Amino acid sequence: MKPKDTSEHYILSSSPHAHADASTSRIMLDVIIALLPALCCGVYFFGLRALFLTGTCIAACLVTEGLCRLAMKRNNTIGDFSAVVTGLLLALNLPPDLPVWMAALGGVFAMGVCKQLFGGLGYNPFNPALAARAFLLISFTGPMTTWTKSAWTLSAGNVEATTTATPLALIKKGAEGFDWSQAALIKDLFIGNVNGCIGEVSALALLIGAAYLLWRKVITWHIPVAFIGTVFLYAMFKGGVPPLVHVLSGGCVIGACFMATDYVTSPITANGKLIFGCGCGLITMLIRTAPTGAYPEGVSFSILIMNALTPLINRFTQPKPFGKVKK
Amino acid sequence: MKTVNSAFKFHGGVHPQYNKDLAASKPIEAMPLPQQLVISMSQHLGAPAKCLVKKGDAVVKGQLIGERNGFISVPVHAPVAGTVAAVEQRMGPAGGWADAVILDVAEDQSAAPAFLPPLDWKSASREDLLARVNDAGICGMGGAGFPSAVKLNPPPDKHCEYLILNGAECEPYLTSDYRTMLERADRIRAGVEIMRKILNGPAVRIAVEANKPDAIKALEKAFADIEGNVEIVVLPVLYPQGSEKHQIYATVKRIVPEGALPIAVGCVVENVGTVAAIADAVEKGIPLTERVTTVSGDGVVEPKNVLAPIGTRYADLVAFCGGEKDGVRKVISGGPMMGFNVPHLEIATTKTTSGLLFFTSAKVFQYTSNACINCGRCVRACPMQLNPAFICSAVESNDIAAAQKMDVMDCIECGACSFGCPAYRDITQNCRRAKASIRAAAAAAKAKAAAAAK
Amino acid sequence: MTAIITAILVIAGIGALAALALAIADKYLAVQEDPRIGLATAALPGANCGGCGFAGCADYARALVEGTAAPGACAPGGDAVNAELAKILGVAATATEKRVALVKCCGTRSEAIRVGDYNGICDCSAAAATAGGDKGCRFGCLGYGACANVCPKHAISITDGLAVVDKRLCIGCGKCVSVCPRKLIELVPASATIHVLCNNPVRGPEVTKVCGVGCIGCHLCEKNAGGKEANHFTFNGFLAKVNYENPPTDATLADKCPRKCIREDAHFETGN
Repeated sequence: MKPKDTSEHYILSSSPHAHADASTSRIMLDVIIALLPALCCGVYFFGLRALFLTGTCIAACLVTEGLCRLAMKRNNTIGDFSAVVTGLLLALNLPPDLPVWMAALGGVFAMGVCKQLFGGLGYNPFNPALAARAFLLISFTGPMTTWTKSAWTLSAGNVEATTTATPLALIKKGAEGFDWSQAALIKDLFIGNVNGCIGEVSALALLIGAAYLLWRKVITWHIPVAFIGTVFLYAMFKGGVPPLVHVLSGGCVIGACFMATDYVTSPITANGKLIFGCGCGLITMLIRTAPTGAYPEGVSFSILIMNALTPLINRFTQPKPFGKVKK
Repeated sequence: MKTVNSAFKFHGGVHPQYNKDLAASKPIEAMPLPQQLVISMSQHLGAPAKCLVKKGDAVVKGQLIGERNGFISVPVHAPVAGTVAAVEQRMGPAGGWADAVILDVAEDQSAAPAFLPPLDWKSASREDLLARVNDAGICGMGGAGFPSAVKLNPPPDKHCEYLILNGAECEPYLTSDYRTMLERADRIRAGVEIMRKILNGPAVRIAVEANKPDAIKALEKAFADIEGNVEIVVLPVLYPQGSEKHQIYATVKRIVPEGALPIAVGCVVENVGTVAAIADAVEKGIPLTERVTTVSGDGVVEPKNVLAPIGTRYADLVAFCGGEKDGVRKVISGGPMMGFNVPHLEIATTKTTSGLLFFTSAKVFQYTSNACINCGRCVRACPMQLNPAFICSAVESNDIAAAQKMDVMDCIECGACSFGCPAYRDITQNCRRAKASIRAAAAAAKAKAAAAAK
Repeated sequence: MTAIITAILVIAGIGALAALALAIADKYLAVQEDPRIGLATAALPGANCGGCGFAGCADYARALVEGTAAPGACAPGGDAVNAELAKILGVAATATEKRVALVKCCGTRSEAIRVGDYNGICDCSAAAATAGGDKGCRFGCLGYGACANVCPKHAISITDGLAVVDKRLCIGCGKCVSVCPRKLIELVPASATIHVLCNNPVRGPEVTKVCGVGCIGCHLCEKNAGGKEANHFTFNGFLAKVNYENPPTDATLADKCPRKCIREDAHFETGN
């Protein structure tokens, strides 16, 4: 017979017995909050369809994640909001006129193939949203590079520009005689009054979000500064198009502040983050300015390439312990 | 004598909620003697003392009941007069079992105590003072319990340039050192002068965190007319400011090499409570048999700083503080960052018990671990500049060799990594596990080599 | 069409070249190895359990041939394999008895008390290092599965907070013995059927406070098994222990144990 048990048990755990008010879901929630300004701008410039597309992506991600966890007989991780973040980021990186089923497919691919196949949050080697975007870009190049519903009416009145191209496509084409340094263009780029993906157009909204993340200490300055700094310096030394245009165009800001800073797929140490950011910036500019390349924009590919290098960077940027003596 | 601000900031650290106001304003209060004491022979770091009494023996206050057993060991004395009810294995606060003397406290405490003869530190020789620190059973009262006599007797090729007094008390809730500095500053000063003599006149640095202005004032007053190179160093409020290696860096900007003791860089660090105990041991001949313990937390009726004999059961200690409230779910011996959970209150205080904390379910942090998201908070928080996330993953996949390569042995188990982990991972516990495993392997290899040599 | 043929030819050509290179390498770069190593490796069961103290079967085979190890260390293989090895090496075979792991505790969660709610890493050593473990009995099985995790044959399961070895699956490699922080797993002859499933040597009253099925050292089993002279049991403090040199076979011993810590398990064919 079991002896009589003493009243209620105390909890036994190993120190520390105190914890900061931090959790994975809170971090993800912060990222979602930080992305809201960019989403609002997207909806403002591209209409309600952008919102619908975003909702589709998020729903696709959530459903896929839930089903995958069920199939893998693992605990349900929908509550950590990481699927929402991935869906949101994916949507913000899609053209506003993409067919809805393609967006949904992107969400399924992001969660199913890029994340859960590797074991879920924390184990994916590549940023799921970016990998899904790359998947869509390669599979459906046409729809992924069509910007029909343009709200972009350049103050300078360039006829070609007002129709179907993004600033980066123009740069790639080498638009002769276009005045890249006019103040009105920079202002449009900064506000987001240009062609592009739903969430990447407004640098202002993105920077507000990034400031929030920095304030909440969700991200550190290393990757964004290294990324944007490298893009700026490269463009400066390359000459031609002003560096600021390169920084504000395309996915540079959203990539540097939201995609490259993804914890799981970026290095863990400060030095590693700097190397990572510089690498992203460099590869972005190489793709953008390569005279033979097909792609006008290189942010997603640069980040994916650097994701692949993350384990290597981690390996070579291990911190040196306090008091470590060389043997 | 002057007060300066610390100019050197070590990497990492965290800011837990300190909650010291619960007990900070409560003066040290001596508790009435309990009926029974449980005096462990393992009060300190190193080999447990050898028990000198047996069941039925009558002992008087201050009598030697456990003798030093090896180089890293300290003797144990009876805190009160009484009769030995038993000598048996008991669990200590850290979960280890050791021989303990169960002492029935005598009702009549009028018998003359068996204290050591008082010494005049000015005329006594260095060797006599050192022998006294040893005989009085003094060990570090901050937590680890390193024998003070060993600390104060550096090897001949090492010279102590700085004597650092650790008054940081960076653990949340604990206020025992704070109250000691406030109320016993004169004893600390006497201890400093004695230790200065033993260590051949090093410079003295008294390290106190900036959140204890009263204590700084009290120390300034007590040390106002002291001669020689003495400074109070005000440290910024940061956990783990009380860690030996980090305190040395924050006060004198020296870095203790891995695996070495502070004396390697000419420093000796001693907790303020220990310094006061040394003064009593020398000037009054009183062995270390009582200490101040902070009883606090939201699960205790009346938080207090209690002066209790060593061997007081936690149940008696909390009863003196009005008892525990309903719904206590966690009891911590020590501070919340590095203290030990205890399963019941039959466990007794030792020379290193700085606090006893009770937490109700509302305050208790219970968790389930999720996957590491590689956020790097632990890397930023680690004061030893390790990579806790990667070490934790290595240990979880049973790759102890990889953890060792990532210098897990340098880990001071401060808990800063686990504290901020958003995935609630058992990082500190995994580091501890790896260290235990590496130590066990090293001990096994040593035993094997010894057997082979035979 | 030409493109396809070109491609086929190119690929086939590369394949042929590679095959040629491999054939040459096999002939001229081959490392001469004692053929007995291959034979010994083949004779070993191939479980790679590590119970012999080497990294795997091939490593043990190499050590055998090099003379740095003796046959007889392969517990899973048993006598048949050891005889085979002895034949290959040309030495005399020594008979060993098949041994299996035994968890000397039967204090399940429904029988033995716990003194706390452990919250931490699910591992016995980690739990034992946290306030001495959450089990009331400090000698008993914690049930966090350190043994089950290292078992190469998945022979150990955790049922109701207690590790239980499936004798039929156990190969006697002894890995579980070394990881148990409570040191309560022992390798015992597979043929023995009566076991004392307790590891607590302290006095009876202490045991009954924490466990409903702990041995109190009453010596009844010894008396029922023919007294001290029969030598079926030995005692360590207040703990009975089966003398596996001379194990008892009387199944009624289990029923007669007042604490129900003597258990019988079925004898089965070990296959050797």
